[in-house]
Amino acid sequence: MLYREAGQFKTSYEADQSIFPIMQDRWGIAAILAFAFLAMPFLASEYFFRAVMIPFLILALAAIGLNLLVGYCGQISLGTGAFMAVGAYAAYNFAIRVPELPHLVTLLLAGGVAAVVGLLFGIPSLRIKGLYLAAATLAAQFFIDWLFSRVKWFTNYTPSGSVAAPQLNIFGWVPDAPSEKYLLCLGFVTVFALVAKNLVRSRIGRSWMAIRDMDIAAEIIGIRPMHAKLSAFAISSFIVGVAGALWGFVHLGSWEPLAFSIDRSFSLLFMVILGGLGSILGCFLGAAFITLVPIFLNQVLPELGIKLDTATVSHLEFMIFGALIVVFLIAEPHGMARLWQVGKEKLRIWPFPH
Amino acid sequence: MQSATARAERGEGQPAAGRKFGGEILKVDGISLSFGGVKALSDVSFSIREHEIFAIIGPNGAGKSSMLNVINGFYHPQQGTVTYKGVTRRDVDPHDAARNGIARTFQNIALFKGMSTLDNVMTGRILKMRRGILWQALYWGPAQREEIEHRAFVERIIDFLEIQAIRKTPVGRLPYGLQKRVELARALAMEPDLLLLDEPMAGMNVEEKEDMCRFILDVNEQFGTTIALIEHDMGVVMDISDRVVVLDYGRKIADGTPDVVRGDKAVIDAYLGVAH
Ligand SMILES: Nc1ncnc2c1ncn2[C@@H]1O[C@H](COP(=O)(O)OP(=O)(O)OP(=O)(O)O)[C@@H](O)[C@H]1O
Ligand SMILES: [Mg+2]
Repeated sequence: MLYREAGQFKTSYEADQSIFPIMQDRWGIAAILAFAFLAMPFLASEYFFRAVMIPFLILALAAIGLNLLVGYCGQISLGTGAFMAVGAYAAYNFAIRVPELPHLVTLLLAGGVAAVVGLLFGIPSLRIKGLYLAAATLAAQFFIDWLFSRVKWFTNYTPSGSVAAPQLNIFGWVPDAPSEKYLLCLGFVTVFALVAKNLVRSRIGRSWMAIRDMDIAAEIIGIRPMHAKLSAFAISSFIVGVAGALWGFVHLGSWEPLAFSIDRSFSLLFMVILGGLGSILGCFLGAAFITLVPIFLNQVLPELGIKLDTATVSHLEFMIFGALIVVFLIAEPHGMARLWQVGKEKLRIWPFPH
Repeated sequence: MQSATARAERGEGQPAAGRKFGGEILKVDGISLSFGGVKALSDVSFSIREHEIFAIIGPNGAGKSSMLNVINGFYHPQQGTVTYKGVTRRDVDPHDAARNGIARTFQNIALFKGMSTLDNVMTGRILKMRRGILWQALYWGPAQREEIEHRAFVERIIDFLEIQAIRKTPVGRLPYGLQKRVELARALAMEPDLLLLDEPMAGMNVEEKEDMCRFILDVNEQFGTTIALIEHDMGVVMDISDRVVVLDYGRKIADGTPDVVRGDKAVIDAYLGVAH
């Protein structure tokens, strides 16, 4: 079927404001969701779930959180890894200290704790911008790293400092098989992607973008910068915190403080920049890219007869990301999501571009 | 432009018959503002009546933009007070000003470049929207109804300013003249009682200027909005304003109807650059 909107007249503002105003897009997303929820669990291998789909989904969730802050509100953060750690350790402590809490509540409470911590570390944004704010969030990263490796209470005094998360139990459902873990993550990502999309097309999203684009003008139309910035920090950290809890409980199972180091912060920032600042779709594209490149280098290249040792592969990974980031920042600051959009616009008027 | 007819309708030195003004909506009294050594305003006082179109003119650097910035709380004067709707203040808070119905546009367009025309204008409704974050996250029921209600309001402004065709265009891609129009649309979306326009026609061609004049007059007439505008084009000023204040080097040198001001010796000197 052609990708066209001809004949699809919008007769109400309601229809015009829907997330996917073009019919082909609605069918496309419905097909993807149906496939992901109904077919995928029966098709993919355990390895594929564990190495590709689960990390991809959780990282996409964290990227959505980060993108609300960086892409929509224009506040830089290098502390995403730390906010994921706050979510993971909060969930761990709730789970072992208040075991009677339903685990779904535990995961959401972990997001709540991350939101409060994110809000506190967002306070400097009221005074400083850009590079200085980046430095302040970097300090948050180091402080939180230090906290979880030095204050033994958080790791329940385990001698090695590494913690093992209890098996999740979501109201009687125990997602222990890889395909079930995948479904759990998919559920979270679907809900939060929808929530994020709803927020950015509402009043609060518009006030974030106004602050991002021109804070002076935002103020004179009655937006309070403090309100907008701190709400972005809190909501962003909430989602990042839930992603961190899932990363610990579902993907890793047991982890050390290093699991949420500054490397994690950078790789999430890369995802958001490559995927597209200020785009929910971009979070998925960026996360897919970052998950797939190492797998490509490790698995596909050897099969093509190109042998590389592991050190080279990990260097190559960084070089590829680095080069792409430079290219995107110069050529297409809105990332892969914009390329996709431009492609669609071309297709809409194809084959008569004028 | 139709200056001759407009002036004729208005009569010599008198507001045109049929134009009704209310009481004083804004009064600035003894405002002095300086930046380090630079005196931007010294002891400036004037008042604006409800429903009138009021022009602030003067040579470059006279302090016109600074005056608007004082009125909406962007600059805080060292001396003097601003009385708006009967409340007298030294320091106006920009947020309070917005809440109490003061909207403005800027000399150097201050739009949200990454957002579409529609979203830019929708930001003007932010103070009127009530639903909390949880409702917005659900985007359902009352939250969706609220969005649609405000969208309908914004669409009326879009129709009024004839910018339907660029609704979904990111404003960064629009030509200068249209950006000025979108900025006016955003200010109008706030349903202001007092609209401050900083050089709304600067850099426009004759046709665009005529459109903008028409919009300003229509806003004033249809919604009763009080308008204070800064403009360098004397033809336009004499044409559309009810009263004019003239600033020069931060001081008020004249105040009155366009015809009185035009004949004023100090004004002629200021504009011809006679040495002080
Ligand atoms: N934020 C500021 N910091 C320092 N000086 C300022 C600031 N704003 C204005 N000024 C100075 O105050 C004086 C008046 O400036 P203002 O912008 O109000 O003039 P204007 O009448 O609007 O001029 P123009 O017609 O060029 O727009 C100028 O000398 C200007 O340099
Ligand atoms: Mg000026």
